[in-house]
Amino acid sequence: MSSQPIRVLVAKPGLDGHDRGAKVIARALRDAGMEVIYTGLRQTPEMIVNAALQEDVQVIGLSILSGAHNAIVPRVMELLREKDMTDVRVIVGGTIPDQDAESMKRDGVAAVFQPGASLDGIVQFIRAGVGAKS
Amino acid sequence: MAKVPSAERTFTTISGVPVEPLYGPEDIGDLALPEPGDFPYTRGIHRSMYRGKLWTMRQFAGFATPEETNLRYHYLLEQGQNGLSVAFDLPTLMGYDADSPVAEGEVGKCGASICSLQDMEILLRGIPLGEISISMTINSPAAVIWAMYLAVAEQQGVDWARLSGTLQNDILKEYIAQKEYIFPPRPSMRLVTDTIEFGARHTPRFNPISISGYHIREAGSTAVQELAFTLRDGIEYVEWALERGLGVDEFAPRLSFFFNAHNDFFEEIAKYRASRALWATIMRDRFGAQEERSWKLRFHAQTAGCSLTWQQPFNNVVRTTLQALAAVLGGCQSLHTNSLDEAYALPSEHAVTLALRTQQVIAHESGLAAVADPLGGSYFLERLTLDTEAAARDYIRRIDEMGGMIAAIENGFPQREIADASYTYQRAVESGEKIIVGVNGFASEEHERIDILQIDRSAHDLQVEKLRRLRESRNNSRVNAALHALRRAAEGRDNTMPFLLDAVRAYATLGEICDALRDVFGSHREAALV
Repeated sequence: MSSQPIRVLVAKPGLDGHDRGAKVIARALRDAGMEVIYTGLRQTPEMIVNAALQEDVQVIGLSILSGAHNAIVPRVMELLREKDMTDVRVIVGGTIPDQDAESMKRDGVAAVFQPGASLDGIVQFIRAGVGAKS
Repeated sequence: MAKVPSAERTFTTISGVPVEPLYGPEDIGDLALPEPGDFPYTRGIHRSMYRGKLWTMRQFAGFATPEETNLRYHYLLEQGQNGLSVAFDLPTLMGYDADSPVAEGEVGKCGASICSLQDMEILLRGIPLGEISISMTINSPAAVIWAMYLAVAEQQGVDWARLSGTLQNDILKEYIAQKEYIFPPRPSMRLVTDTIEFGARHTPRFNPISISGYHIREAGSTAVQELAFTLRDGIEYVEWALERGLGVDEFAPRLSFFFNAHNDFFEEIAKYRASRALWATIMRDRFGAQEERSWKLRFHAQTAGCSLTWQQPFNNVVRTTLQALAAVLGGCQSLHTNSLDEAYALPSEHAVTLALRTQQVIAHESGLAAVADPLGGSYFLERLTLDTEAAARDYIRRIDEMGGMIAAIENGFPQREIADASYTYQRAVESGEKIIVGVNGFASEEHERIDILQIDRSAHDLQVEKLRRLRESRNNSRVNAALHALRRAAEGRDNTMPFLLDAVRAYATLGEICDALRDVFGSHREAALV
């Protein structure tokens, strides 16, 4: 692992305003020594991918509780491929049914954290994944 | 296995309030405890409580199209539910039509899509609005949706004076917690005040607002924060209505409240009891309300969605039952019980039936409905009620000192308090200090699978097609004239309700109406703070 802190973009896509989870995760990652950029609410996939590019992050965390993940997540993955940013790891958190989580992973999403996932588990996953890549 | 509690372990409520091992007479001193039905109503707003009338069993429901949701309503009424509660999808809640690009992927997902009066007609088809009370969970565009509902009542030939139900219409808690806002706070407050004024004149049995702590709690607040921020929001609405020139007793009896029913049994009951005592005192002493009806806090309760677990979903039935018991023992006027599958998706018909049956078992089998405030006089509960009242009063005073709730929101005060509380709680779960059965204690390897409701894209396609036909068939010059008049009214000081009614009767869509208001009022954005 490099000594540079891991940079993470925590994003809230779509119309959903439920930001409790995004804020808790952002704080937990920050407490774990990562540099966290939080986008705020109502971001389009284009805005999120642009922010990831500008901020030069290694990880994008998408928090979605509205059921709109099947429209949003594939679009984010498509934009990352278009912009040659497939080295950015995407993780998704929220109310994501198992079958949707599986199809997201086939589309390149690194992990889907469903309700009840532990903060430490998420921190460990990001550290291991980014460490392995760098 | 769970850890064995050690002697040093401190016991706290789920909100982090320390709890003593035992309470006795010294904890309540010479506490005077007026009877249920007597000021300040700590023990309930009615002397006979549920003997006189059971609470209204009102399951929040809505998904996909108004056509499908209407079928669910008829099903729920057939199962013995006695009031309806409409859930709208996110585009509707945010004032966008189903064919807006920002609605992509969201149509019908977390509620019913309502784009015009035509959809409201379908949603309420076959439901006699003079008899069935309707609650509508809508906030930023509440005045528009209410106008649609009032227009359907007109079509049914029901006098507005007979209508009963509730509009959530609580914009302050959107800035504080749920974040479904469209316009900046002040023009939003003007719209809310328009509905309160219009309601005071035309719909004497309808609650134009449901001042809501539910979402504040779901966002991670403590019980005291939920209570204090909600009551302080209530004070803000009262002040705006008085400023408008209404007499306090003209509108105060129709202010209603909505609280969460969370896990911590006694803390929740204390919260409801404290809420009544605080509000009665605020209305009588701070605002000089003369009528008893203005002093009485009436509330709806919903069990805590955020307490439901994905793991071992059948445990959610037990959690919901305990939470519902707290709401009933706390004297709620209506209740929604969550379904076991709601950590996954909107509830299936089977799951929502079980949730309704839970209330029916409590009402008809447990014996709880026979006695008013059966826990009144408990040393622990009375002490907790007094402490909750005092802690909430302190928060209310701090917000008063900041210049009121809008100033506090603009400073980010309630938002920060809630974010801190939710992080503290999550850390306590992480460390095992707080146990969630099936998640960080008593977990099982096997993942129980349940059937969940799926909303496919056909809802989106149907809504878009209906909008296309509507825009072709309606009188568009009438629509434009109504929207123009609405803009003028919004720029001025007139009550917007008559203009909104004209616009919806002309079949202007929700998106068109909200766009007209966005032009005048602007859009709200909050700073992205963690």
